[in-house]
Amino acid sequence: MSTATAAPASPSAPEAASARRRRKVRERLPIYLAISPFYLLFAVFGLFPILFSIVLSFTDWDGMGDISFVGLAQYQFLLSDGRFWNAVGNTFIIWFLSTIPMLFFALVIAFLLHQNIRFTKVYRVAFFLPNVTSMVAMAIVFGSVFSDTFGLVNSALTALGLGSIPWLSTSWGIKVTIAIMVIWRFTGYNAIIYLAGLQSIPTDLYDAAKVDGANLRQVFTRVTVPMMRPIILFTVITSTIGGLSLFTEPQVLLGNSGGAGEAGMTIVLYQYNQAFTQFDFGYGSAIAWALFLIAAVFAIINWRLVSGRSDAADRTPRRKEARR
Amino acid sequence: MSTTTTPGPVAPVPSAGGAEPRSSSPVGSKHPVASRRIGAIVTHLCVIIGVLLSIFPFYWLIVMSTSTTAEIFGYPPKLTFGSSFGENVRNVVASVDLLQALLNTIIVSGACALLVMFFDSLAAFAFAKFDFPGRTPLFILLIATMLVPGSLSLVPSFILMSELGWVGTLQALIVPGAANAFGIFLLRQMAAGSIPDELVESARIDGAGFFRTYWSVGVPMLRGGLAFLGIFTFITAWNDYVWPLIVLVDPQRQTLQTALQNLNSLYLTDYGMVMAGALISVVPLIGVFIIGSRHFIANIAAGAVKG
Repeated sequence: MSTATAAPASPSAPEAASARRRRKVRERLPIYLAISPFYLLFAVFGLFPILFSIVLSFTDWDGMGDISFVGLAQYQFLLSDGRFWNAVGNTFIIWFLSTIPMLFFALVIAFLLHQNIRFTKVYRVAFFLPNVTSMVAMAIVFGSVFSDTFGLVNSALTALGLGSIPWLSTSWGIKVTIAIMVIWRFTGYNAIIYLAGLQSIPTDLYDAAKVDGANLRQVFTRVTVPMMRPIILFTVITSTIGGLSLFTEPQVLLGNSGGAGEAGMTIVLYQYNQAFTQFDFGYGSAIAWALFLIAAVFAIINWRLVSGRSDAADRTPRRKEARR
Repeated sequence: MSTTTTPGPVAPVPSAGGAEPRSSSPVGSKHPVASRRIGAIVTHLCVIIGVLLSIFPFYWLIVMSTSTTAEIFGYPPKLTFGSSFGENVRNVVASVDLLQALLNTIIVSGACALLVMFFDSLAAFAFAKFDFPGRTPLFILLIATMLVPGSLSLVPSFILMSELGWVGTLQALIVPGAANAFGIFLLRQMAAGSIPDELVESARIDGAGFFRTYWSVGVPMLRGGLAFLGIFTFITAWNDYVWPLIVLVDPQRQTLQTALQNLNSLYLTDYGMVMAGALISVVPLIGVFIIGSRHFIANIAAGAVKG
């Protein structure tokens, strides 16, 4: 439609125009065919389940008998379900315990790797390795390293005369252990991203700052941080999504129960628990939508925080763009 | 750098460090080479500590999978390799069908990788190099689908699979993941930047249809991106856990991850054996990653920086 050749060359020949239109359709058919697989698969395995899960969340169904509609009862139950709110609290505590050290270490590693030292490529592979490894296997390894009775960490603490810590049987021990697994797995990933961000800052920006007499701190706050802001936002958002959907680490480490006092029960583990061990499909779906709502609110807060701080830090004309 | 003519107080310092003259920075004027070397050594030391922390769990996995359970439980812990790896592996194979699980995982990961490479590049090429009604809204829709969290559809997807009769089958893992928005988006950005319009146009003038043009122009030009997407999809499918855990109900038909978790929960006391199973599930993947690491790391980073 937008192509320039659509102008009628000879208005006296409508047949030629229709032939052209037919040829156009024949040319475009393969293109629509080429893009169709994704949309078909999404319609069947993405969109339909999502719509269906809205319906399910208004029902009480175990997957076998009749579906009975219960209106908002699942959501009402959810609001007063202490186990659900415990899972929400756990998820946020673990997210907080893991994300801040993780992004801090990642920034330090990226900064060090940016110093043009040798073997950077080998280091990058080593740092990235945890991120591509199966978390089931590594959760088993961490489970033995942090074992209360024979774990390596407690052996070391005992050898140092510090006394052992019941990592896997106390509320905080469980959360810290899960957070350490998350930190271990994602620090290298975020460091590689920060490193690419550092490398993408044009060197003449630094030169210009230097010419203007900026000191190191000013260079860091006025050049490095503003240029890195979109990348930091990216890593905060991906860690938020990952943190809120935490499942494998607690499930393999502690089982479906979430450990002592459900201290390692996360939102997705609780959803799995309700839907696939209790076969409460209706409540499982309600939990999924509650998680979606929490994630959406959280994403907006993140966005506001990161782009809001940018307004305060440097009052440049970019401010309007950042607000979108 | 030395060409500066600003009359500021910093200008006349000839050192290459660029730091303030009286700062604590070791890049001073007396022994620039020596102090720079010390700085480099400190940097290396910090990095190496990080690398060791990063690598240590793998080392420990090997130690445990070559030790007997008694050795693992012992105090003080033995920090070197043992000699029981063969026995541990024999025990694994006798307990769960890990070889079948390995085969299943290779089938699922390989099929997902190939299908995603094909369908995604096809769509990406169409979006990048052809104009058609609905192109922009369709692409925006595609990006919007990436924002939908996967855990939202676990329950209804399971119900759908049971209606289709796919519960317990490998196609329940392969078909839903045969094309994805992430890969189409990534390859479209690459194709838009790297494939010249003239090439597409000349193929059209030569009478090549869409598919011929895709095959002779698009695929060769997108080789790097396709390699990355293939490795990325393979690794993601290999490590997928929640969905196989839900849909693979048949204990005879598992992937490595779910078989390993079965091993872990059933034979918790035989640590040496469980660790040997964990090692088997990790090693092929590490191989794939190290072979493709150059492509892989560069593309992951580029995706974040540009996106």
